[in-house]
Amino acid sequence: MKTLGRVALYTALSIAAITFIYPFLWMAASTFKPPFEAGALGLMPDNPTFENYKVMWARAPFGRALVNSILVATTITLAVLVLGSITAYAMARLNFRGRPLLNAVTTAVLLVPGQLTLIPLYTLIVQLGWIDTYAALIVPYLFNATAILMLRQFFLQIPQSLIDSARMDGMGELRILFTIFWPLARPALAIVAIFTFMGSWNEVLWPLLVVREQQLMTLPQLLTVFALGGGAGSLGVSLAAAMILVVPVVIAYVFLQRYFIESMAGSGVKG
Amino acid sequence: MRAEERSGWFLTAPFVTFLLAFAVYPILFALVLVFLHWDLVTAPSLAGFDNVRLLANDARFWRSVANTFVFLAIHLPLQIATALALALALNRPLVFRAFWRAAFFLPVVISGAVVAILWSSLYATDVGLFNQLLTRIGLSPVPWLTDPRTAMPAIAVMVTWKNVGFYVIIYLAGLQYIPRSCQEAIEIEGVSPWQRFRHLTLPSLLPQTILVVTLSTINGFQLFIEPYVMTGGGPLRRTYSIVLYLYTNAFSYQKMGYAATIGVALALMIGLVVAIQRRVLGTAEAL
Repeated sequence: MKTLGRVALYTALSIAAITFIYPFLWMAASTFKPPFEAGALGLMPDNPTFENYKVMWARAPFGRALVNSILVATTITLAVLVLGSITAYAMARLNFRGRPLLNAVTTAVLLVPGQLTLIPLYTLIVQLGWIDTYAALIVPYLFNATAILMLRQFFLQIPQSLIDSARMDGMGELRILFTIFWPLARPALAIVAIFTFMGSWNEVLWPLLVVREQQLMTLPQLLTVFALGGGAGSLGVSLAAAMILVVPVVIAYVFLQRYFIESMAGSGVKG
Repeated sequence: MRAEERSGWFLTAPFVTFLLAFAVYPILFALVLVFLHWDLVTAPSLAGFDNVRLLANDARFWRSVANTFVFLAIHLPLQIATALALALALNRPLVFRAFWRAAFFLPVVISGAVVAILWSSLYATDVGLFNQLLTRIGLSPVPWLTDPRTAMPAIAVMVTWKNVGFYVIIYLAGLQYIPRSCQEAIEIEGVSPWQRFRHLTLPSLLPQTILVVTLSTINGFQLFIEPYVMTGGGPLRRTYSIVLYLYTNAFSYQKMGYAATIGVALALMIGLVVAIQRRVLGTAEAL
């Protein structure tokens, strides 16, 4: 009976795992199939080909989109880490008038759904003349309230004595932050880095609003426009384009899955 | 002024500036836009209550609201059931636990745009994976995304699949807090596994269930990329989501005032629905 239960459990788990993994394997396989094979259930292409990748690469600037995505996501992640730490440090460890208000406003901002501010932000970007610029993709994400509150929570746990003795040694606040707090806060920084990078890497609604120039599009945006606009022409070509977006993430995920799960599950738990 | 006071202000000044420009100002300006007509080309003009009145009588808007509730009615129970079942399975002593967990979480890390494109091909009527499986077991193919009756349920199933790994993690965390002593005591009493689930596990997990309901409701109200990519809101506008309608008004019709009004209405609806859900589930907790 016990054995039977375990067999049932592992069978169920395997079916579930296949459900989650098989579509991605099928997607990868389909990119190597010629159009007449595209719908086949099997994973092995009978007539393997790189044609889909060649067509995809020739029809839209995916190389450029990859560069754009890396540039935007990296800049945002670095900014959120550096600027966010500075803000969180002050909000956690420095006494100044207005701090309680700042903490309250930061928390309140998190509760406002993004769709409320989407249009006013868009009109702001238009008025600033930032449509079709990197600034439109980057500047509204330079700070992240979730990241600041997470880092603040972490910084609160570091003993005051460390700060006091550093100040005694004549260290400034920024040096204390980057030479004492940062090494201690590595896990928190990793969590913030992953969800910030992933959020930016996968974001598509905001770029769809503020970028129309193909050369400035990020990967998910160009992919969406390409697949919808019929530029792809066939399923294999669309999926080949999707692969550029997925492969780096999957490689990172395989090596860092524990951090990914902790980071992405943790960042959602803010309500 | 004390040095600490000065540092505090100096170090938070960039964030305060950012908050004012990219959070406080847009929130206030959203409320102003509700009372404006603005196409971004000509000067904005006062609209009075035009936008609000239009919203109240706009069948397309209310269609998208109804669609959202159809989505939630399928998505919420399915999301809770699948997340709970997978979490319970993972909570047992297992070999390769990390592998199973990572497999379930995989779709969470993949871009929604990719998932939408991938599932469009899985749902395709003629060559899609699902219909090939159906025809193989002798059933007739279903036009998943082109039949107004199946399109939204199909999207709801896909979103459940994409997010379930996230909610499994939440439930797993909750399961770890059910005291072993409770479980052992109840095993000695000789109650059936179903009764144990019904009277110990499920009530203990209520805080997690409230969280799952809240997050997936907010997520459901923000549905955009899936209908945008898979159906364009069709067939018969049955998958037109609120955010897709907001986007269309802003981007295709250049109606900033009306789009902002939809945004404000959406925020209010999310707040209201989540408050009601918490109230109802909170009462369940008291029982």
